[in-house]
Amino acid sequence: MQQRLTKEYVAQQVYDAVRACAISPRPDVLEGFHQALQHETQPRACTVLNQLIENARIGAADGVPVCQDTGTCWVRLEVGQELTVPGDILVGVDDAVACAFADGKLRMSVLRDALLDRTNTGTNTPAFAEIAFVPGSGAVLHVMLKGGGSDNASRVAMLAPGAGWEGVKQVVLDCVREKAANACPPLVVGVGVGATFDKVASLAKHALLRPVGAPSPDHAAAAYEQELLEAVNALGIGPAALGGATTALAVHLETAPCHIAALPVAVNMGCCAMRSVSVDLLA
Amino acid sequence: MSEHSSEQPVRLTLPLSKEDMAGLRIGQEVLLSGPCFTSRDAGHVRLLEALKETGQLPFGLEGQTIFYAGPTPAAAGRPLGSVGPTTSSRMDFATPALMDAGLAACIGKGKRSAAVIEACKRNGCVYFAAVGGIAALLAKCVVEEQLVAWEDLGTEALRRLQLVALPAFVAVDTQGADLYRAVEQGE
Repeated sequence: MQQRLTKEYVAQQVYDAVRACAISPRPDVLEGFHQALQHETQPRACTVLNQLIENARIGAADGVPVCQDTGTCWVRLEVGQELTVPGDILVGVDDAVACAFADGKLRMSVLRDALLDRTNTGTNTPAFAEIAFVPGSGAVLHVMLKGGGSDNASRVAMLAPGAGWEGVKQVVLDCVREKAANACPPLVVGVGVGATFDKVASLAKHALLRPVGAPSPDHAAAAYEQELLEAVNALGIGPAALGGATTALAVHLETAPCHIAALPVAVNMGCCAMRSVSVDLLA
Repeated sequence: MSEHSSEQPVRLTLPLSKEDMAGLRIGQEVLLSGPCFTSRDAGHVRLLEALKETGQLPFGLEGQTIFYAGPTPAAAGRPLGSVGPTTSSRMDFATPALMDAGLAACIGKGKRSAAVIEACKRNGCVYFAAVGGIAALLAKCVVEEQLVAWEDLGTEALRRLQLVALPAFVAVDTQGADLYRAVEQGE
């Protein structure tokens, strides 16, 4: 089994994932649109949800991107600690992304440098790839195409521990109230709480990978998720921020240890064209 | 402010006249047909530079509509594979000056600044919100695409599109009413 974890194998999986992701929203998200239609009463909200469902059909039928912002390509390889992987395991990712974007006629949205050289690389690379070692002997590859609008609508806040749960909730609600209209609702809202300034944003992004409808395995976290989802949807922002009961399909929370002085909070917005796949590489 | 939501979509032909725009109200669903121009972040920096240099809008943009969009390449036998609105607030720095110089309307997504809303009111302009995340569907409403300028900007180049019944909503009208604010306030 182990010998299958080569740079060539990972690159091929990344290529396939990008091609598939770009033309179809996640099945759980699409199911979320159908569920939302049952509850929406406002005509504009129903119009938008029906457009989202029809858009998904066109994307899959015609092989065209469901959103013109085919995003940056975020790749995370989670490797079981009982495995050994070569150090070059991710070196084929950029070439795979460049080929997938060219072959799939996707949009090139990556610049050479945020500040020093804002010219387009023309290949949608570099991808933003990382490796993480996890318990066990499995290997899972996550690939996400992340739009600029929803990432721009995200934030990190370093709260005082005394702010507690109410402080965390306020950060999430403020972010949604101020930024949801730019992030293309219905949203999947990823929330990270804990770790360090740099790591908390990773928690929030990782939370987006969990399917809509799957609560956190931790009961306390799952209760917080439900409370946040109800509060977010009570804002009435709705699909496309044009009013309605479905501002978010889900709120996903991931927590972690942290410093005694810290309560880091991150919100990563996932848009209605949430595109990611998670592949078990050893299946 | 009055808001309309349950009527049939209003069919509009671009470029829009002042009279067309004066009759629109926030919340109305519209179907846009005719020419428009795509431009976004980097293009708006250049539009503003051109305006400052010459005192007028370049490339015949006076009276026209700008669609804040960076499309994907041609696909499935259509001129664009997919196309949809990007976040309009990033163009707020340029929009009042462009409207003062004769731009008629823009299409995007999300809230606008007070200065843009004021510019709509002052100039009799409108801002349309298109739905983000339905770019495969919207691309079926584009029947022609032509590069106008700034090819070096890639997807951000200035393009002329011919639209047929592109769905959108009136988000800021000529009276300065704002649909996003109305939604927030539960009106």
